[in-house]
Amino acid sequence: MEKLSWLEIFISIIGQFTPVWIAMAIIFALSIIYKRRLGLYGRLFDSPVGMIGFGIVLFWVLAALLADVIVTHDPLAQVSGMKNKVPGTPVRGVEGSWYLLGGDNLARDVFSRMVMGARHVLSIAPTATAFAFMVGITLGLPAGYFGKRLDTFLSFLSNLVLAFPVILLFYLLVTPEIRVTGIPMIMAGVLFLFPIIFVVLLWQSRYFTQPAKRNLFVGVTLVIGLWAYSGLAFNADPLNIFYMDSNLLNVFVSVVFVNSPTVFRIVRGITLDIQTRDYVAAAQTRGEGAWYIMLWEILPNARGPLIVDFCLRIGYTTILLGTLGFFGLGVSPESPDWGSTINDGRKLLGIYPHPALPPTLALMSLVLGLNMLADGLREESLKD
Amino acid sequence: MRMTDAEVTSWLEKNGYAKPVLVRYGEWLGVAPGWVLEDTDGKVTGRCITYKNKDTVPPRFCGILQGNFGYSSVFKEPVEVIVNRRLALTGKLMFWVMIVMVPMALLIGVMAGMREGSRTDRSLSTFSIITTATPEYVSGVIFIVVFASSATGLKWFKGTATSAMDEITFANFTLPVMTMALYGMGYIARMTRASMAEVMTTQYIRTARLKGVKFHNIVLKHALRNALIAPFTVIMLQFPWLLTGVVIVETLFNYKGLGWTLVQAAGNNDVELLLSCSIVAVLVVLITQLISDIGYVYLNPRIRIS
Repeated sequence: MEKLSWLEIFISIIGQFTPVWIAMAIIFALSIIYKRRLGLYGRLFDSPVGMIGFGIVLFWVLAALLADVIVTHDPLAQVSGMKNKVPGTPVRGVEGSWYLLGGDNLARDVFSRMVMGARHVLSIAPTATAFAFMVGITLGLPAGYFGKRLDTFLSFLSNLVLAFPVILLFYLLVTPEIRVTGIPMIMAGVLFLFPIIFVVLLWQSRYFTQPAKRNLFVGVTLVIGLWAYSGLAFNADPLNIFYMDSNLLNVFVSVVFVNSPTVFRIVRGITLDIQTRDYVAAAQTRGEGAWYIMLWEILPNARGPLIVDFCLRIGYTTILLGTLGFFGLGVSPESPDWGSTINDGRKLLGIYPHPALPPTLALMSLVLGLNMLADGLREESLKD
Repeated sequence: MRMTDAEVTSWLEKNGYAKPVLVRYGEWLGVAPGWVLEDTDGKVTGRCITYKNKDTVPPRFCGILQGNFGYSSVFKEPVEVIVNRRLALTGKLMFWVMIVMVPMALLIGVMAGMREGSRTDRSLSTFSIITTATPEYVSGVIFIVVFASSATGLKWFKGTATSAMDEITFANFTLPVMTMALYGMGYIARMTRASMAEVMTTQYIRTARLKGVKFHNIVLKHALRNALIAPFTVIMLQFPWLLTGVVIVETLFNYKGLGWTLVQAAGNNDVELLLSCSIVAVLVVLITQLISDIGYVYLNPRIRIS
């Protein structure tokens, strides 16, 4: 079989992504038709920057979801004779099969690894960011609202974490010796508790006058939450549905840990600003509880900056995950995630640049998309 | 062959590592007396007894408060010597990064912010978004492929900065400096743009325009001073980020500064070196935050006078 030319490679890659293009076209068409009814999300389609950003992010999300259909080879399989082969090399002995973006130094398909890497990155980064937000919100609201000693104490803690360079914290948290001491497990135990606290407080403060409804919501939250909690943090889920690899847990915990103080500071700042508004005073006069005011008056009104920061922070978390992979921390060496692939590829960069380039461009485009999406959201949310 | 568990325990005891964590922390800090041990032959070993002072009476305390940072097990040298040398190298890198990054970021930010929404603003803002979206390990890799790779590249610059440790040249230092400067630049530029755009909408700028002051005079003499207060804080707060960048760039370009040392220490369980690197890093962060707070008050007359 012949080697593919650059044009043919390009066309085949576009072709491989066909399911993604179809799904994207459907989502875009529906969103544009109904954009007047979709609130902030719909207005995103009025700003070109936001639309491009959303498009790029959507592309990678769909690529991650549909990765099984898109990949041309097993991302972990090594095919003999394909070591460091240039893009477009046909696989020996298999008709109609090419390494579209070449092979890496272990003879694996670079294209498939890049696509699978998207799944890796996109399953950790948004979840970790969401966890960091729950921690930051649950601590930042009372710190800003009550102020005084609580604020001083929590701000001191967050400054303490922020004073450490991120990379050092990573090294400290992810090394095997630290893992043996069980510190990551304890941290997971503390950090994973916050989402449950957050949701329970949310229901409790809203429905405490309607005990039947409250009991149902709080009960369901507690059952599902604690079940997931036992599985994720302590790997003690009796049914083994919720499970997190100990490597992954470490990475996850450290990412949440370094992100939450910043979120805390943002939420605290916004709370300080919003609590001087009239509607908060009105709620106080009505005799609403402190948590009701925080979670149902202040938080919804702080959503603009928080959504924007959420998008930016997913991008930042993606970069952090890449940094971890770059230093070979936490993730298994086989893992196709972008950071470790870049790290593998850079050793032979001078001779074979092709294994390192696809994941770098992928990572760059995803973060760029998230940044543009955040910019679009900011512009549109400032309009009202 | 691996040591047996019994040997490990006895080694730990002989070297003072078997004590409780708090005691060891006190010893390291220099508030608890260093351990002293006399073995069966009457040979005295201790934390404060080194080959240098074995004939004199050793001091009782020897922690970081006494200026004793320990001995690196990887580089076989006292930690303070290593840290000093590496810090100087990193300082050089930081200096050039700042020289390149700050003026460029301010220029881009001011140009973009002085006419908000214009075409210049759009293109410069896009450029700064792209640079913030490109972490060092991505731009570094791309730069090496484009400018330094022997197979495909232009071969303008060198892909490693090892030789820059002795003598900085344009060829060996451009890529690391550019890699770091680009990533930090976008963020500062965006902050400058926001603050510049805000200043340009204020009353006194409008008054100046109505009086007929030329546009470049308004920007340079009226707006700039006020617009630069916010970026100053941002630049100072950028240091913790730069530290992460230093670690990545020094590893990528094999420039043996503090970041590289940190990676080596962490990778080889060189605890005392790692601790000292952490101290330096945290100190740098704290000092820059302090400078940013003081500088903010100094630059902003509204705070200074009230």
